[in-house]
Amino acid sequence: MSANVLHLDNITMQFGGVVAVNNVSLDVNEGEIVALIGPNGAGKTTVFNVITGVYAPTNGRVTLRGKVIAEDHPRGKMRKLYTGGHMYEYHHTVNNTPDKITKMGMARTFQNIRLFKSMTVFENVLVAKHMNLKANYLSSALHINVREEAQMREDTMELLRIVGLAEQRDEIATSLPYGQQRRLEIARALSTNPSMLLLDEPAAGMNPQETEDLSAFIRDIKDRFSLTVLLIEHDMNLVMDISDRIYVLNFGALIANGTPAEIQSNPDVITAYLGVSEE
Amino acid sequence: MFSTVLPYLLSGISVGGQYALIAIGYTMVYGILRLINFAHGDVFMVAGILMVYITANGAPLYVAIPLVLVVTAVIGFTIERVAYKPLRSAPRMSIMISAIGVSYTLQNLVLYITGGLNQFYPSIPFISETITIGGASTRMVTIVTPILTLVLVVLLVLLINHTKIGMAMRAVSKDFETSRLMGIKINSVISVTFVIGSFLAAVGSVLYFTNYTTVIQTSGNMPGLKAFVAAVFGGIGSVPGAVVGAFIIGICENLLKGLDTILIKAGISTSMFGFTTFSDAFTFALLIIILIVKPTGLFGEKQTEKV
Amino acid sequence: MTKVSSLTKPKKIDRGTLISIVLICAVYVLAFVLEQVMPSTSMLFTVLKKGATYALVAVSMNLLNGFTGLFSLGQAGFMLIGAYTYAIFTIPVAQRLSVYQYYNGGLVQFSLPVIVAVALAGLFAAFFAFLIGLPVLRLKSDYLAIATLGFAEIIRAIFQWDKIGILTNGSNLRLFPTFTDDFNIRDADGNVVLYLSTLVPFLITGVCVAFIVLLINSSYGRAFKAMRDDETAAEAMGINLARHKMLAFCTSSFFAGVGGAMLAMYANSVQAKSFTTAMTYEILLMVVIGGIGSVTGSVFSSFLFVACSEWWLRFLDQEQVWGGWKVPLLRNGFRLVVFSLIIMMVVLFFRKGIMGTRELPDLFRKRVKKTGKESAKR
Repeated sequence: MSANVLHLDNITMQFGGVVAVNNVSLDVNEGEIVALIGPNGAGKTTVFNVITGVYAPTNGRVTLRGKVIAEDHPRGKMRKLYTGGHMYEYHHTVNNTPDKITKMGMARTFQNIRLFKSMTVFENVLVAKHMNLKANYLSSALHINVREEAQMREDTMELLRIVGLAEQRDEIATSLPYGQQRRLEIARALSTNPSMLLLDEPAAGMNPQETEDLSAFIRDIKDRFSLTVLLIEHDMNLVMDISDRIYVLNFGALIANGTPAEIQSNPDVITAYLGVSEE
Repeated sequence: MFSTVLPYLLSGISVGGQYALIAIGYTMVYGILRLINFAHGDVFMVAGILMVYITANGAPLYVAIPLVLVVTAVIGFTIERVAYKPLRSAPRMSIMISAIGVSYTLQNLVLYITGGLNQFYPSIPFISETITIGGASTRMVTIVTPILTLVLVVLLVLLINHTKIGMAMRAVSKDFETSRLMGIKINSVISVTFVIGSFLAAVGSVLYFTNYTTVIQTSGNMPGLKAFVAAVFGGIGSVPGAVVGAFIIGICENLLKGLDTILIKAGISTSMFGFTTFSDAFTFALLIIILIVKPTGLFGEKQTEKV
Repeated sequence: MTKVSSLTKPKKIDRGTLISIVLICAVYVLAFVLEQVMPSTSMLFTVLKKGATYALVAVSMNLLNGFTGLFSLGQAGFMLIGAYTYAIFTIPVAQRLSVYQYYNGGLVQFSLPVIVAVALAGLFAAFFAFLIGLPVLRLKSDYLAIATLGFAEIIRAIFQWDKIGILTNGSNLRLFPTFTDDFNIRDADGNVVLYLSTLVPFLITGVCVAFIVLLINSSYGRAFKAMRDDETAAEAMGINLARHKMLAFCTSSFFAGVGGAMLAMYANSVQAKSFTTAMTYEILLMVVIGGIGSVTGSVFSSFLFVACSEWWLRFLDQEQVWGGWKVPLLRNGFRLVVFSLIIMMVVLFFRKGIMGTRELPDLFRKRVKKTGKESAKR
C-alpha cells in the first residue's frame, strides 16, 4: 500500500441551512488516480473547493502527506444550524488560502475553464511559474534576473511541447478550440510543479475521440511527472478507463467506494444515477 | 446641556431625511444593476439648479415644484437610457466609468450655465419659516423632512411588496438573468427604478436647499457620497436600511459638527479641537469601518460566489 | 505565420521596439532643442511640463486599474501627499520663517536636494498606500472604488486641518509656496546659458514610466495581469492575492506621489483644496481615452488632454465675434463641456480608447490577422 497523500476526515460543508457536503472521508495514495463521481449537484466541486482552500470546512479535517492543511468546527451562528455529526472532534482551526495549497504541491483545474483571457497560451503557462520565483520584487521588475527568466521560459516551452500546444504558443488562450483549452489548463496546473493534481471535469464537452486522447494524456503526464491524481468526472468511459479507485457522492454524502469493477455493479450507485427501477 | 445638543440633533434629523431620499436611489439602482450610480448626487444638484432657473423665469411655486420633480425624473430616465443601457453587457468597470463620465459632464454643464457663480434657492413658504422647538431655533423643514421621508418610504415599500412592478423589481435584484428569462421586461423595471430614484432625489433637493440655500455645481458631491455611504451602511439593496443609515449619518455628522461647542459647554474641553473639519471625514471613516467589519451592512444579506 | 508577441523572449530586439526607442529619444532631443530655441514663456513648455506630470500619474493609475484590475479612485490623495512632502522638504532654510509665519518656522527645519525630496514624496505616498491598503484591498471592485475615494477625501480633510499647520501651514487658510528653481543653468551674470526646465520633468517621467514598463513585462507584471483576468485562477496558480495587490497599490501610489511632487515643482504654490475627486476623475478619463491597459495610450492621451485644455481648445472659452456675429455658446466653461461630451463618446462608442491594449512598438510591427476569435473585451 503506497503512502497516503491526501486524507479527508469527516468533511462537512454547510452553507446556512444547506448541507452541500455531508461527512465525507476519503483517501488518495501515492501514484493513484482516484475519481470522485456522482450526479450533478452532488457536491463534488465543493469537496475540491474545501481541499484547495477556497472554502473553510464547516467541520472536519484535511491532511496532505500527514500535515493538516484545513480543519475547522462549527462556530457562531453555524453552531445552531449544524446538522452533521463529529462536531467536537476537531478542535483546531487551520485554514490555508488557495495559493498556499498550491505552494504545497497541489494544483487544480476548474469545471468552467478559467484561463487568463487576455494572455497567450505561452503566458498562461509562464505565469504559473511566478510562485516559484526566487528574485525579489525589484530585481524582477528591473529585469535583473535574466537567467531565471530565461530558464522559466525554456521550461514553459518544454511543457508546451510535452502537452502538444507548442505550435499555438502565441495564440490568445481563449481563441483555442475547447479541447485544447482544457489541455492548456492542465498544462498551466502542471507548470506549478505539483506533486498532486486535482482535475475538475477535464472531459466536459469532449467527444469520444477527444476523451480517449485525454485518457492517454492523463496517464502519460501522471507517469512522466510522478503525480497523484484526484479527478471529478461525469464521463464514465474515462473514469472506468483510468481510475484506480472511485468514490461516489450523492446529495453530499459518500454512498460507495471501490475499484471500477465494484462500483459498476454497486446497486446504490446505479440507483443514484438512474433512479429506482419500477418493477 | 440638552439645549446645546438639540439644535445639532434637529439639523441631523433634517439632513438625515434628505440624505435618505437620495440614498434610496443609490440602493435601488445598485440592487438591480450592481452599479454605483456616481451621477446620482449630480442629478440631485441639477434638481436644485432647475428650481432656481424655473422660478427665476417667473414660474410660481405651485408650477415650479411639480415641474422640477417631473423633469428630474425624466433626466434620470434619460441618463440610464443613454449612458448605462448600452453598456449593460460590458465589464463592470466600463459602466462605472460611464457613471463617472456622466457625473463629470453634469457638473461641467452646470458650471458652464451658471458661470460658476453661487445660485440662490428660492424661499419656499411654510417650510422655510423659522420655528422654535425646545428652545432651539430652526426651520419648518426640519419637521417636514422626517415626516415626508417616512411617508414616501412607506409608500415605496408598499409598492415594492404589493404591486406587480414591485415584485418584478425584487426579482430582478435577486437574479437578473433568470428574471429576463422569465419574461420580465427588464428595461421597464430598470427605467422605473431610475425614475423613482430621481424623483425622490428631487424631493430631497427641495427640502435640502431650503436649508442650505446656496446651489453650485459641486453641491451634489458631498450629499451624494454621504447618501451612498448611508446606503452601504444600511445594507445595499435594502430601502429601509438606506433610510436608517441616512438618519444615523445625518445625526452623527451634525453632532460631530457641534462637538466642540458641546464639549466646551459641558466643561470637558476648553478649546476648539477642530472637529468640524472632520464631520465630512467621519462619514468616510464610517464607510471604511463598515466595509471591513460588516460589508453587507445592517440589513444586508450575504452573497456567496460560486467557484 | 505567428505574430511575435512582445512577451516571448526575442533573441534580438525586434523592429517595433527599436523604432519606438529611436522615436522616444528623438522626442527628448526635440524638446531639449526647442527649449533652447523658443521663448521660454511659450505655451508649449507649460503643456509639455504639465503633460509629463499627468502622463506619469495616468500611467500609474493604469498600472493599478488597467493592468491589475483594481479600480481605485484615490489618486488625488496620493498626489496631495507627494506634493506636500516635496514642498515641505524643499523650502530653503532661509525662507522657512517667512513661509511658516504662524508656526515658528514649521516642523521640518532642514532642506533637501530635489531628487531626494522627489523620492521621499513617492515613499511617503507609498507608505500611506500601505496603511490604507491593509483594510481596503480585499473589497470588491465597486466598494474598493468608493473606499479609496473616501480615503482620498479623508486625507484632504486632514491636510486642511489647522491643527497640523506646523507641517502644512494651515492649508485651508494659506497657500503653501514652493521654491524650486527652474533647473536652468545660469552663467555668472544670471543669464540663462542652458534651458533645462522642460527636460527635467521629462527625464523624471521617462525614468518612472520606463520602470513601470519593465515591471509590466516582468514576472510580477504577469502576475498582476493574471489577477486582473481571473482572481480565483490566479490564486489557484500560487499567486498570493493580498501581497500582490498591495505591491501594485503601493507602486502605483509611489508614482502618484512623484507626480504630485512634480506638480509642486513648477507650480508657485500647493493647496490641499485643489486635490479633489474631480482631479482623480480627470486622470481616470485620460486613462480611458488612451486605452485601459496601454501605457503608450495613457502617455498620448495625457499630453493630448493637457494640450487641449491649456492651449488648443482655450478658444472655446472665449467669446468670439466673427464678422460682427457673436458666436453662440462660446464662453467660459464651454471647453470643459466639450471635453465631457468627447469623453462620453469615447466611453460609450470607443471603449478601447485610442490604443486599446497596444503599445508603441505594436504600431510599427507587421500587421498580422489574429487567428481565432478576439479575446476579452475590456
